[in-house]
Amino acid sequence: MNSGAARLSLWLLLTPFLLWIVLLVLVPHLQMLRVSFQVRESWDTLAWGLEQYQNFFTESYYWRTFVRTGVMSLFTTFLTLLIAFPIAWYIARLARGRARGLLFLACLIPFWASELVRTYGWMILLRESGLFSSWLQALGWADGPVEMLYNDVAVIIGLVYNGLLFMVVPLVTTLDGMDENLVEAGYDLGGNHATVLREVVVPWAMPGIVSGCIVVFMLTLGSYLTPILMGGKDSAWFTQQIFTQFITRFNWEQGAALGVLLLVLSSIIVWLGLRLTGQSLRKVMG
Amino acid sequence: MIRSVPRSRWFDGLYLAYLVAFFIYLALPLTVTAVFAFNDAPFPSLPWKGFTLDWYLADGSAGRTGLFHDDTLLSALWTSTRIAFWVTLVSVALGCVNAVLFERLEFRGKEFLYLLMLLPLVIPGVILGVSILVFYSGMANDLSRTWGIELDVFRPGMTLVVMGQVTFIATLATLVIAARLRKFDPQLEEAALNLGATPLVAWFTVTLPWLMPSILGAAAMAFLMSFENFNTTVMLTGSDTPLTVALFNRLREGSTPVLNAVALLLMVGSAILAVLAMGRSRGKP
Repeated sequence: MNSGAARLSLWLLLTPFLLWIVLLVLVPHLQMLRVSFQVRESWDTLAWGLEQYQNFFTESYYWRTFVRTGVMSLFTTFLTLLIAFPIAWYIARLARGRARGLLFLACLIPFWASELVRTYGWMILLRESGLFSSWLQALGWADGPVEMLYNDVAVIIGLVYNGLLFMVVPLVTTLDGMDENLVEAGYDLGGNHATVLREVVVPWAMPGIVSGCIVVFMLTLGSYLTPILMGGKDSAWFTQQIFTQFITRFNWEQGAALGVLLLVLSSIIVWLGLRLTGQSLRKVMG
Repeated sequence: MIRSVPRSRWFDGLYLAYLVAFFIYLALPLTVTAVFAFNDAPFPSLPWKGFTLDWYLADGSAGRTGLFHDDTLLSALWTSTRIAFWVTLVSVALGCVNAVLFERLEFRGKEFLYLLMLLPLVIPGVILGVSILVFYSGMANDLSRTWGIELDVFRPGMTLVVMGQVTFIATLATLVIAARLRKFDPQLEEAALNLGATPLVAWFTVTLPWLMPSILGAAAMAFLMSFENFNTTVMLTGSDTPLTVALFNRLREGSTPVLNAVALLLMVGSAILAVLAMGRSRGKP
């Protein structure tokens, strides 16, 4: 191919990509940023200002929910990692042949159902008239109906459930490629379980750990259904406030500001996570 | 704790118990949801009152309306299908083009553009929806106010939902297809060119068939992700609500076994699609 044809084909391939990234990602987000700095003075006049961001810091309800959402998302991510790691280890290193494939497939099954269905399943189990409550009563361990839904523990159970797959898959992928000689060498050199885990296995699995944690954190931070449906009166989630501003109150300026804040929070934490573990987004995601 | 390192009996026992508990935890909510789609009681909870197909088939005459006679849910199902169709089409097409762009071509700024391509994955879905709503719906509002031009496509509705979902599903499709293209031996294509094929013919007869399993896999994934998406969709939906949003509204009014019936239908549908996609990709080399 001569260089003219090469240039033409490059531009032909680049155009759809640029249209997608510019029109669906970059421009809308810049516009959201712009709107978040606009203050509505009357129904058709706008001025620049920081009013929305001031509201966020002065109304304790906003920033409390913001901090709560961030902290609970981090906790959920960590818990998901703890729960998923032994499972991923078993699938990648201990199970053989058919069992291996079947176990891996079993991890995928819940995710053929949507988040709404999964949450609904948990509601049927945990609520006052739910199965756990009925079973407890049948066993004589409870005198009356027990409400297990509508609290933070229920929300975390649901969130961990939603995130598990996205933790197990990258962990299995990285652990799968590990050379067992490394682990044996660790034991030969006098390491016990804890030191081998800390010095050999975890460093090796780091790309998988980081990629799983980033995805789970993003999903948890941005989740809406699980906290709304399983949380109680006091377990507000930040996405809910964004939703309220846009859909219920038609206050786009405030909603945009809250959206920008959520985006900033998630970007900072993802960036910190990559930075602290020395990974790059390309290696972890691509 | 690898196979060659001896483990104690109680450790093995504990590990096994943990595995069993984990898989029960995974299966329980879905099993329960599925089972209660057939309970002959107006509320999905114990006690078990017997098996019925009412929650699928009842026509409303006995006070029960099954899924197949529930017009709201059926039309929501149809809306979701149409949305998923367009999202799949656009995302897979974009995925193919992007895969070739990033795997086969060298150009300045490629690394930066690749990072931009990954960007939608690290933006929460709600924000993707909100930003598209603010830009396009805001534009439609402004045009209508200043010049009286009505651009209804950019009002909340199907077009915006498709746009919002394509934003991140296209990235996933790109990653799936690019991973397959990376394993392609370019010599095969060169052989075709040497044998007199034009680049376009070589692409369609050699490269595309090689990519086919990943394209089908990406299509199945795109369809499912679109069908199941809530966070982006809820911000952009108009009067014709897709299924997840309709189910959510229904759930807030109170739960009925019809919801279980829909949930089971969704699970079976996605399982079939997933098995088909996996069977296809395994069948081909």
